Amino acid sequence: MRITLFVPCFIDSLYPNVAMSMVKIFEQLGHSVEFPENQTCCGQPPFNSGYWEEARSVASKQLEAFKNADCIVSGSGSCGAMFKVFYPELFHGHALEAEAKALSAKTWEFSEFLVNKLNVSDVGARFEGRATFHDGCHGLRELGTKEAPRTLLRAVKGLELVEMGEAESCCGFGGTFAVKYPQISTAMAEVKCTSICETKADYVISNDSSCLMQISGWLNRNVGSVKCMHLAEVLAAR
Amino acid sequence: MQATDEAPPSSQFHSDADRSANDGPRRAAVYRALSNYKTARDRTGATFTDWKSARAAASTIKHEAVNNLDKYLEQFERNFTARGGKVFWANDSRQARDYILNLAKEKNVKAIVKSKAMTGEEIHLNEALVAEGFGVVESDLGEFIQQLKGEAPYHFVFPCMHLRRDEISDLFNRELGTAKTNSPEELTMIARKVLRRTYIEADMGISGGNFIVADAGMISITENEGNARLTVGVPRIHVALVGIEKVVPRLGDLALLLPMLATAGTGQHLTGYNSMYGGPRQPGENDGPEEFHVVLLDNHRTRLLADPEQRDALHCIRCGACLNVCPIFKNIGGHTYGTTYQGPIGSVITPHFRGLQDWKHLSGASSLCGACTETCPVGIDIHHHLLRNRRNAVTQKPTPLENLMWKAFSFLMRRPRLYSFATKVAPLAAKLHPLVQGTLADPVRVWTDTRDFPEPAAESFRTQFKRHQSTRASQTESTNTTR
Repeated sequence: MRITLFVPCFIDSLYPNVAMSMVKIFEQLGHSVEFPENQTCCGQPPFNSGYWEEARSVASKQLEAFKNADCIVSGSGSCGAMFKVFYPELFHGHALEAEAKALSAKTWEFSEFLVNKLNVSDVGARFEGRATFHDGCHGLRELGTKEAPRTLLRAVKGLELVEMGEAESCCGFGGTFAVKYPQISTAMAEVKCTSICETKADYVISNDSSCLMQISGWLNRNVGSVKCMHLAEVLAAR
Repeated sequence: MQATDEAPPSSQFHSDADRSANDGPRRAAVYRALSNYKTARDRTGATFTDWKSARAAASTIKHEAVNNLDKYLEQFERNFTARGGKVFWANDSRQARDYILNLAKEKNVKAIVKSKAMTGEEIHLNEALVAEGFGVVESDLGEFIQQLKGEAPYHFVFPCMHLRRDEISDLFNRELGTAKTNSPEELTMIARKVLRRTYIEADMGISGGNFIVADAGMISITENEGNARLTVGVPRIHVALVGIEKVVPRLGDLALLLPMLATAGTGQHLTGYNSMYGGPRQPGENDGPEEFHVVLLDNHRTRLLADPEQRDALHCIRCGACLNVCPIFKNIGGHTYGTTYQGPIGSVITPHFRGLQDWKHLSGASSLCGACTETCPVGIDIHHHLLRNRRNAVTQKPTPLENLMWKAFSFLMRRPRLYSFATKVAPLAAKLHPLVQGTLADPVRVWTDTRDFPEPAAESFRTQFKRHQSTRASQTESTNTTR
């Protein structure tokens, strides 16, 4: 299968290993991976800030960049939700509405794509450690992703998966919210990370690097011992 | 009560939010209380055969009601007045207050007892009554405590959830001269003793209403303490102040809505008391008020009705579930909002009721996690409405600096080559970061004050992928040549 990667801007710059891991996993499964170089940002930051016109102008560039893709896979539930859920609303009543809907229909969150499109639940990964999983809100509630990442993680040899009490609670990132309301955002991170620490896990894994930026930001400052990993990085480990 | 008189709502919000987000003990108390709620709610919710379908059905009922408000409200009025009740249509808070004040004066009312009504908070009814010399006593235990404390309700279902037992005991000791106690039963008995006397002395009882039932011409009130029954049943005049969106078409709708309200609101199957009030004392009846007035309150609800995108916010049955699951609410608490209706639903509707520009910050203060929408028993698209409020606020009046920033952002993100160049420069810029780190010139200081910020990778994904592709291409080529 020809898989087109949508690599959100912060993964591109801050967490390239996440996207490289996805490349490795898909290629090992025998698929070809492509990355349209004219992709940039999904436009979620201005969209969430109320600047829909600016968001639309950025988003229309992505519609163009991914026009020829068969299926688009995103390593961030949040940016994936932007394509899948919010583009149709953003372009509602606009000239590119049909294109936005078409893009939405072929967009997949990484774990959902593996489990429900490729029907793979064991990618042959081996990773030693005790880990807990954080459900990114957009993946969980906009895309309905809950079981797929757990299915994949349960198949990882050497990995012990433990659930935390606050698995479905927001980490407090929320894009520009994290810098507009840093105190609230940090209080939310504290709640999340306290719950992570209660599990005595060595790793916190998520399918969204934006949440992990927030979680690791708090953990590194205050705890230091728990490591953050993207699901793809764990699944690419051998 | 409201901070609007002192500081603009947004600066009050910012400073209160910062303060409460750092108030560890209070946050912990709120989390504890709400985790008990969650346990109860999950248990009760699980007894529904199919919560999702129940939710869809509840949403359908409210949709029908809200989209035919005129029809059902008039139907209620006809049926209610036929039994001798009086209906007053109040366009705004002033009209509602004036009606109730004039009624109290006209009927020579001396003392007033009031059961829980957020509409009363909304129109500042108690202040208006007190200013005219009427004594008003709140009869709901939580509201009674908040009234003694001189504080607005913290949560529109659990008014004093933020208080510890010893704080309540101290308050009673100070205000009522009662002995200190740590027993909830004894604390309740103290309030009860005061309140029993009040019911008998009051000649006007003011209530809210959970549902207005059109076909029955009745008001439904749901409660746990029995205080509302005494408030509306003992005094000679009953006034119910109810928002127009509370109407439902049929009595039968309550068979679903009452258990859903109880489940979502408090985790109960049904609340302790569910009463229907359909008019004043009828000929031959021994009890009940001589007069029963229903004040139907618009107070800008029709503005929300006029917005097809967000009209479903009028489905709200004020269960408070969205507050109980909201991580923002749990961390900043109810008073920070500065509104009558706190939490996610409050952030959606307050800008419509009281002005978008003054209250848009509430819609901004959300990580958009969607826990509210997920839990809402009547399927209101709560967190997406926050996005729509943000958009509407910008369309109406963009903030100059933000406007410039997003224009620049869009300029960059529409140019893949420029963007790609930026990803190459980022690691270099990061190297210079220690020079400004922690100073006022630090661009990521709002982040790094409380959290670490990751360093950009030495090479972006796009650079790494390009190399990966060419390696693979040459590998394939050499494999082909070897063949």
